[in-house]
Amino acid sequence: MELHNVWFVLIAVLWIGYFFLEGFDFGIGVLTKLLARDRTERRVLINTIGPVWDGNEVWLLTAGGATFAAFPEWYATLFSGFYLPLLLILVCLIIRGVAFEYRHKREEERWQTNWEHAIFWTSLLPAFLWGVAFGNIVRGVKIDENKEYVGGLVDLLNPYALLGGLVTLALFTFHGAVFAALKTLGDIRTRARAMAVKLGLFALVPALGFLLWTQASRGDGKSLVALVVAVLALTGAVGAVKAGREGWSFGLSGVTIATAVAMLFLALFPNVMPSTLDGDWSLTVTNASSSPYTLKIMTWCAAIAAPLVMLYQGWTYWVFRKRIGTQHIADAH
Amino acid sequence: MDLALAPETLARWQFGITTVYHFLFVPLTISLAALTAGLQTAWVRTGKEKYLKATKFWGKLFLINIAMGVVTGIVQEFQFGMNWSDYSRFVGDIFGAPLAFEALIAFFFESTFIGLWIFGWDKLPQKIHLACIWMVSIGTILSAYFILAANSWMQHPVGYRINEERGRAELTDFWLVLTQNTALTQFFHTMTAAFLVGGAFMAGISAFHLARRKHVPVMRSSLRVGLVTVAVAGLMTAVSGDLLGKVMYEQQPMKMAAAEALWDGEAPAPFSVFAYGDVDKGHNKVAVEIPGLLSFLAHSDFDSYVPGINDVNEQLQEEHGPGDYRPNIPVAYWGFRWMIGFGMASLTIGMIGLWLTRRKFLLPRALRTGEDEVPNLVLFRSKALSPRLGRWYWLIALWTMAFPLIANSWGWIFTEMGRQPWVVYGVLRTRDAVSPGVSQGEVLISMGVFTLLYAVLAVIEVRLLLKYVKAGPPELTEADLNPPTKIGGDDRDADRPMAFSY
Repeated sequence: MELHNVWFVLIAVLWIGYFFLEGFDFGIGVLTKLLARDRTERRVLINTIGPVWDGNEVWLLTAGGATFAAFPEWYATLFSGFYLPLLLILVCLIIRGVAFEYRHKREEERWQTNWEHAIFWTSLLPAFLWGVAFGNIVRGVKIDENKEYVGGLVDLLNPYALLGGLVTLALFTFHGAVFAALKTLGDIRTRARAMAVKLGLFALVPALGFLLWTQASRGDGKSLVALVVAVLALTGAVGAVKAGREGWSFGLSGVTIATAVAMLFLALFPNVMPSTLDGDWSLTVTNASSSPYTLKIMTWCAAIAAPLVMLYQGWTYWVFRKRIGTQHIADAH
Repeated sequence: MDLALAPETLARWQFGITTVYHFLFVPLTISLAALTAGLQTAWVRTGKEKYLKATKFWGKLFLINIAMGVVTGIVQEFQFGMNWSDYSRFVGDIFGAPLAFEALIAFFFESTFIGLWIFGWDKLPQKIHLACIWMVSIGTILSAYFILAANSWMQHPVGYRINEERGRAELTDFWLVLTQNTALTQFFHTMTAAFLVGGAFMAGISAFHLARRKHVPVMRSSLRVGLVTVAVAGLMTAVSGDLLGKVMYEQQPMKMAAAEALWDGEAPAPFSVFAYGDVDKGHNKVAVEIPGLLSFLAHSDFDSYVPGINDVNEQLQEEHGPGDYRPNIPVAYWGFRWMIGFGMASLTIGMIGLWLTRRKFLLPRALRTGEDEVPNLVLFRSKALSPRLGRWYWLIALWTMAFPLIANSWGWIFTEMGRQPWVVYGVLRTRDAVSPGVSQGEVLISMGVFTLLYAVLAVIEVRLLLKYVKAGPPELTEADLNPPTKIGGDDRDADRPMAFSY
């Protein structure tokens, strides 16, 4: 396989990793309002992701950095073209990171509730916006012959992309609820399960619609396989959490996210950002990629570093494998 | 278009604001990670509780700080594409790689192990927990290395060729990009300057508590660590600064001529102490100078020739066509001076502190103090400073705590603005690097949003730091003194509340 194709796959893997991992911590953020009943329960939810959310977010930074290095033209067109939505995502990620780290550092009720509002909104908005962004990437946007995005903000708010946003939001919230059921104890765990079932069923409808739309407009055999797996996995995840098999359910909701994202990348290939103005102006794996030498160095780096990262990140989850309940929350913190 | 609102100007302002702001947190994070790791090592090795208290105290301030460093860093990673898309297209083949390396190697390290450290107090055996903070420290240093290698390439592009067909620069020698002398000296200088920041921060806060005779054992040790760090890092900053200066005289003579407001080349060239000049006419109206010193700084030779701004400008016009190749001279000149002035002031205050609080073998028996006493401040051989004078020293140490931070900011402003009008020296002009598709209005919005958000966060962060600084080190609990022996935490008492310094 040529290196720019390898890097197309690796970028897909980075985004899958990002959505799989930050997906559930976005979900947990949304659930602090939907599921938690009081401050202690919110604290329990936040603590389930406390040690890991920062590491999860690095998948995004790596996806960004890798796109810059492997597909500079893609990075340039995408980031300058989606300027204002990305600004909104950045603002959310800034506030969200500070919110997780600062919320417990004062005992005043107002301080904590303010940060809790922040956590909810700054989890919900990016969860939605990433779907909109990917919807637009797959659908194609107005790119001119200079590889510049020439559309406006309104062009990004089309039905297909908005549906994509709804899908990521719903899937991530479901994924988060399953994670909550997997990581908590007692009453909140029971409610997390029940809510996961509802959220999963709710996510099924837009997800099916969005993926079928994608398949109908630009799918092929491979993407159809991904679609089928994604839908089956989602159904399985709902069934598993209903049956109380939280580990299985979490694995399957992860598979759902992974295959859904994989399907989008399959539908995209060999483009990385299609132009709706003229097919010749589309950014592709060849006209957007770096030189073979750079890609070779990057491949070496990824081949050595990526398995290590997965190893020690995986170890983190093992260290914090114990479930958390309200009894673990000290009163005054 | 009105120059003040030109997209290039706006994008530069935004980059300047967000980067200088980001870099307020970076040096403190780098140095506090290592210093906290050092204190925790002392705890593990000696079992003295003061070191554990110190670890928790400085660790908390470190965490409050790194949170801001991390989130403002995300903007940096995105901003190249958002506001500098033509830059990204032109140099992505080279510049992207160290950024990707930074994320893949350093960011993952930092962020994963910091989670383990924060939440691992009751989940990890003592030594593994200690290893985590060292991993964080290594992560911060690696991160600095990669991003400085990338920046050094902008200062002095090497290991590349221009691909005319693709209209971009392409990497030919990555090893050279990582190991060129610009990268090495810049890394050396930035690291030492970062530790100067952390040392002064530690010494200043310790002085605050010692002046009030609170938390003495912890603060006494911390003061020592802080002052030694200031002295060592400060001296090394001067050395590395000299080395970097010499590299810059070779690679960017314009920047260094601007730093000295040296309009016309001279041999021997003087070092300017104060200058007030006329940029349009290209000369100084007032100049106070030390003869020959600049020649020495540039080439280790008091008589050597140093080219001036006008000379380099003409030379660049010959090489790159007509135009003005001068950076903003007053900013370069004063930025250079503030950098050196604030940095060296801090070093001086640290050295004085180190002498005043010197250890027992240099002190008469009567003035020596025990581990739980505030050290006597002794200027001359046998008499401690009066309480009033002593208090002055503590206050000065406290109020000059941020001096190295100011020096760091000016250092970056100097080196980046001194490189103008180039974004990649001699290869790409800043005005050709901005995103053509991003409108004036969009940049105004983002600049406004970032400025406002950063200002609010600054207030929150500083108030939080103040709260924890004033509170002093926490009391230790049973759990603190009995770390678990198994990974994942011991099984005894499964319902015990979680212990973490979040």
